[in-house]
Amino acid sequence: MQSHFDLFGLQPAFAVDEERLERAYREIQSRVHPDRFAHAGDAERRASLQWTTRVNEAYRTLRNPVARATHLLALNDVDVAFETNTAMPADFLTEQMGLREALEDATGTKNPTALDQLGKRIAADQRKLEARLAERLDSERDYAGAADLVRELKFLEKLEAEIDAAYETIE
Amino acid sequence: MALLQISEPGQSPAPHEHRLAVGIDLGTTNSLVATVRSGAATVLADAQGRPLLPSIVRYLSNGKVEVGYAAQARQAEDPNNTIVSVKRFMGRGVKDIDHLQNAPYDFVDAPGMLQIRTAAGVKSPVEVSAEILRVLRERAEASLGGPLSGAVITVPAYFDDAQRQATKDAGRLAGLNVLRLLNEPTAAAIAYGLDNASEGMFAVYDLGGGTFDLSILKLSRGVFEVVATSGDSLLGGDDFDQRVFCWAVEQAKLAPLSPRDMRLLLVKSREAKEHLTAHGEAPITARLSSGEFIDFTLDTEVFCRITQTLVQKTLGPVRKALRDAGLTASQVDGVVMVGGATRMPQIQRAVAEFFKRDPLNNLDPDKVVALGAAMQANVLAGNKPQGEDWLLLDVIPLSLGVETMGGLVEKIIPRNSTIPAARAQEFTTFKDGQTGMSFHVVQGERELVSDCRSLARFELKGIPPMAAGVARVRVTYQVDADGLLSVTAREATTGAEASVTVKPSYGLADADIERMLRDSFSHAKEDVHARALAEARVEGERMLEATRSALAADGALLAAEERRTVDAAMAELAAKLATSDHRAIKQALDRVNHATADFAARRMDEGVRRALAGRQIGAL
Repeated sequence: MQSHFDLFGLQPAFAVDEERLERAYREIQSRVHPDRFAHAGDAERRASLQWTTRVNEAYRTLRNPVARATHLLALNDVDVAFETNTAMPADFLTEQMGLREALEDATGTKNPTALDQLGKRIAADQRKLEARLAERLDSERDYAGAADLVRELKFLEKLEAEIDAAYETIE
Repeated sequence: MALLQISEPGQSPAPHEHRLAVGIDLGTTNSLVATVRSGAATVLADAQGRPLLPSIVRYLSNGKVEVGYAAQARQAEDPNNTIVSVKRFMGRGVKDIDHLQNAPYDFVDAPGMLQIRTAAGVKSPVEVSAEILRVLRERAEASLGGPLSGAVITVPAYFDDAQRQATKDAGRLAGLNVLRLLNEPTAAAIAYGLDNASEGMFAVYDLGGGTFDLSILKLSRGVFEVVATSGDSLLGGDDFDQRVFCWAVEQAKLAPLSPRDMRLLLVKSREAKEHLTAHGEAPITARLSSGEFIDFTLDTEVFCRITQTLVQKTLGPVRKALRDAGLTASQVDGVVMVGGATRMPQIQRAVAEFFKRDPLNNLDPDKVVALGAAMQANVLAGNKPQGEDWLLLDVIPLSLGVETMGGLVEKIIPRNSTIPAARAQEFTTFKDGQTGMSFHVVQGERELVSDCRSLARFELKGIPPMAAGVARVRVTYQVDADGLLSVTAREATTGAEASVTVKPSYGLADADIERMLRDSFSHAKEDVHARALAEARVEGERMLEATRSALAADGALLAAEERRTVDAAMAELAAKLATSDHRAIKQALDRVNHATADFAARRMDEGVRRALAGRQIGAL
């Protein structure tokens, strides 16, 4: 099976050239998209559907840092084990508990400004983690060590989704 | 080496005849049909020169059906048999409908989708919508002078799977080849984007008669990419009429109204609302069947006050879509207003205030969706050469999931995923020796199954008995380019595979559609056989043409033996096209499809390879 990186003609690495990725994605889509085959026979329409589905999945994976890192690790035979490996550094967990409390307070008091601040804080944390992850994956090639960081990043991604949900709760 | 000319996949190397294709805006209040003629999209008017068709269908006891203005004229007189705003009922059960008590219909609670008892029998919303589509098809065929090759029908972006499937079924029932279901705000964006050659981030605020959509699109170099979409499929201009109606009932302290009076007062409420767009006050006068005379004046201030919560209600989805897109209001480069209800000044003001910029209104909000749909239909029919067309990337509006233990939802495809999309998830057995698993497919954002929309339930049987937790059942969700879902489940541990594919339960089976089509043709006095033959011929010719151009471009991908099989199948189809046996044509068509399946897949792989090769050379 071709990797998602191969599909777009990219070197497998955590750091991606987003513009190049987008260009390759659109180039392929413009050839395989179902809109190009709306008047074609069933066989071509089916092949188009399969290809577009695959290209969309690959694009979605490479654009999301957690999914991209997980894919990269899988290519190197490392399983991130989101479900089975829940060990986290103590200081990371303490910090997360603090952030969660802040989220509950902001939701309880219906305070959108507090949610904004929390969102910004988490976004900054994510950028920092991504930088460390790029270092570990692309320079040090420490894949087992990188898996720990991916799990932390996933934690933040979940928290981000909960903040979004909180906006809807208080609206 | 000789240089071979290679055409784009799916494009014919030879100039071919222009295919007749239309875009249809199947609206809650009005419907329209548009087409591209001599390069420009235009709305097709009826024989009296009227572009809009009121989305109103009246069933008479003699089996006759009135659609549009004729039905509208009789709605107060015959409210129980005159169906207005049927779009609100598409893919919906009785329990889903607000203001049910205010609708003068005799509802029948049917599994999956409600039905309405009329003088001409029990009708499903799909059949009612098909009547509207049929009138538009006939209008287009009369105006364009021939049978249509295909149609694009628009749906609210926030329509769920049930509502989309119902719309597609209505199209087929109306005798249309539905090329695509297109989201209304996306259609509007095409019309605006191409009209103004716009680039950047755009928000489309689409408040129709019964639905509200907010889509955020990124427009750049011939690509329309939907980044996020949100909305409310039960919020629209009708609700503003409803507020005026309730206000009037309260003012006059009216006793519960008869269906006829209810319809009359609703019509007056709507007229007052429309009058207020350009005036400071509007009269509401009506003589009820009791003899009671109503005479009020509604002014702008009261109207704004009683509808304020509705205006505010639209801003929730606006904020949600912006969050999903990761944008702030100020990062939006333009706001496009779509739908007749956006004519209300309080809507314009609220949107301008929210985005801190004047919204764009330069295209007719009633027509812009149909125009965009016509442009897309023209592309899908293959009438535009490569390079002059565009790429449209749309998303699903609501997450698709499956019920897990404890009535919780496991999301499989998240909302705002670009379509087509497919995702798989593995499940295992709960008990030793378990040989069956039942699945419940749901759509929505909430964690509890009871808060989401139930799409389908199905069972996978024939799992070989194993210890609990050993079986591996892989459930795959596939969403196609129309945003429609199909689900497959397969147990693969033992190699003894069991597989099932479901279409959600409200979808009509092909046999139902065929039966309904036959029934409707016997009413419409059209010859069902002649129509089937004409359609099979068009499809057969299209297939031959597409295969010929594919062979001309990529024939080298076939081995000599494979080529002979394809040629033989094509020769047979060509021979059958000369007969008047539409079933034989269909069978020959299927054989060509079958014979070219591998070829099609190889051409697609080749296309991708070339795309990348071209890009890498370009990047050097």
